[in-house]
Amino acid sequence: MDFSVITNNLSYFLLGAWPHGPLGGAALTLVLSVCSALASGVLGLVFGVALAMTHGAAHQALVLFLGFFRAIPVLMLIFWTYFLLPIVFGFNVPGVGTVIVALSLIGGSYLAHSVYAGIRSLPPGQWQAAAALGLGRVQALRYVILPQALPIMLPSFLNQWIALIKDSSLAYVIGVGELSFVATQVSNREMVYPTEIFLFVALLYFLICSSLELGAGAIARRYGTAAKPT
Amino acid sequence: MIVIENVSKWYGKTRVLDHCSTRIAQGEVVVVCGPSGSGKSTLIKTINGLEPFDEGRIVVNGVSVGAPGTNLPKLRAHVGMVFQSFELFPHLTVIENLALAQVVVLGRSRDEARTRGQGYLARVGLDGFADRLPAQLSGGQQQRVAIARALCMDPVCMLFDEPTSALDPEMVGEVLDVMVELAGEGMTMVCVTHEMGFARKVADRVIFMDQGAILDDCAGEAFFGDPDGRPERARQFLARVLPH
Repeated sequence: MDFSVITNNLSYFLLGAWPHGPLGGAALTLVLSVCSALASGVLGLVFGVALAMTHGAAHQALVLFLGFFRAIPVLMLIFWTYFLLPIVFGFNVPGVGTVIVALSLIGGSYLAHSVYAGIRSLPPGQWQAAAALGLGRVQALRYVILPQALPIMLPSFLNQWIALIKDSSLAYVIGVGELSFVATQVSNREMVYPTEIFLFVALLYFLICSSLELGAGAIARRYGTAAKPT
Repeated sequence: MIVIENVSKWYGKTRVLDHCSTRIAQGEVVVVCGPSGSGKSTLIKTINGLEPFDEGRIVVNGVSVGAPGTNLPKLRAHVGMVFQSFELFPHLTVIENLALAQVVVLGRSRDEARTRGQGYLARVGLDGFADRLPAQLSGGQQQRVAIARALCMDPVCMLFDEPTSALDPEMVGEVLDVMVELAGEGMTMVCVTHEMGFARKVADRVIFMDQGAILDDCAGEAFFGDPDGRPERARQFLARVLPH
């Protein structure tokens, strides 16, 4: 094995063409991941709370809407937003934006159900106790339910965000130069080092995902008191 | 203070409350007893609207509980409730448990809420427990915190839903002592309980329920002192629960 192919192209793997061209490589993977992690987290919270607070037809409509995004492959959603949106709305969506929107919608739909499950996992007595003290439903949610449910949801968020980091590699289909895309480029150019290149790429993904896991673990320990059961 | 008129409730086809009627006056202590599944807890939870009902009328302090326009949170803010399983908020310390609704619902300042909370903690004998988490307290201590939490809201009446049923026997006394003291101060109280010793000591009136209906509603002395005047079901119940 000859790892000089890695050292020779290191800057391209990590940053793409930047600073002479657009940001790419591992850095772009990070940007895509952080943006869609944040957006999917917000969407998941909003839709999860909406699932918990709605009944009947509104609830069913929401379940269907979320079910749609859970059912279609990320790849298809990326294709759709990239090729269909310009036709429907008449403007071009940049590739990076497309990927972030697609990953956020799908991640958010998964997370919505985790948030909903976390809220429902609390004993109904907690809602009743809050109500008996005169708290409205929104106040009960904000001060009593979510502070207990969020620590329970943390592992689900982590799972989803790790899945999302890896799904960001699908951005290569619309030519967004993230880590997998630049790796394929280098591999095609050099022709004879696929083993070295993709071992290195796997290592980078492993490092990114593990550091997220370590970071989340540290946060969980820092705020661990909130997660203690009665 | 509390008027319950012809209240009925169904879960599907099962009738859980059957034309219940009673009146509870200011300062009165009423004990609700009866076999499990008789609708006691359901009845007490209709009083602050935690359980909706299908027929009849309930008026608390002049406010109709079931009426469409009623501001239930506002009503509940001044009707204290104590649950069988305490239901303290486990992520908050004792003093935060006491302060939360005072700040969020009544709009008191944090300092005022905490000062009041400290006062009621002392009254239930838990001075010095303010900064503990509920999980660090015994069941009896948790239930006393729950009573203090309700009292912080200046309730016009207190509802107790089997407050000692989830406690180890040696902790029942400390909770009942707080309740006896409260009754002595003239608090209007409705208590669902199996503690007949407590009922005998403080109940102005005893309501006996079976299968969702109020079968007996009489003065405490009559309930315990005049078994022959009781309906058959109440007599059987008393024979089982009273110590021989």
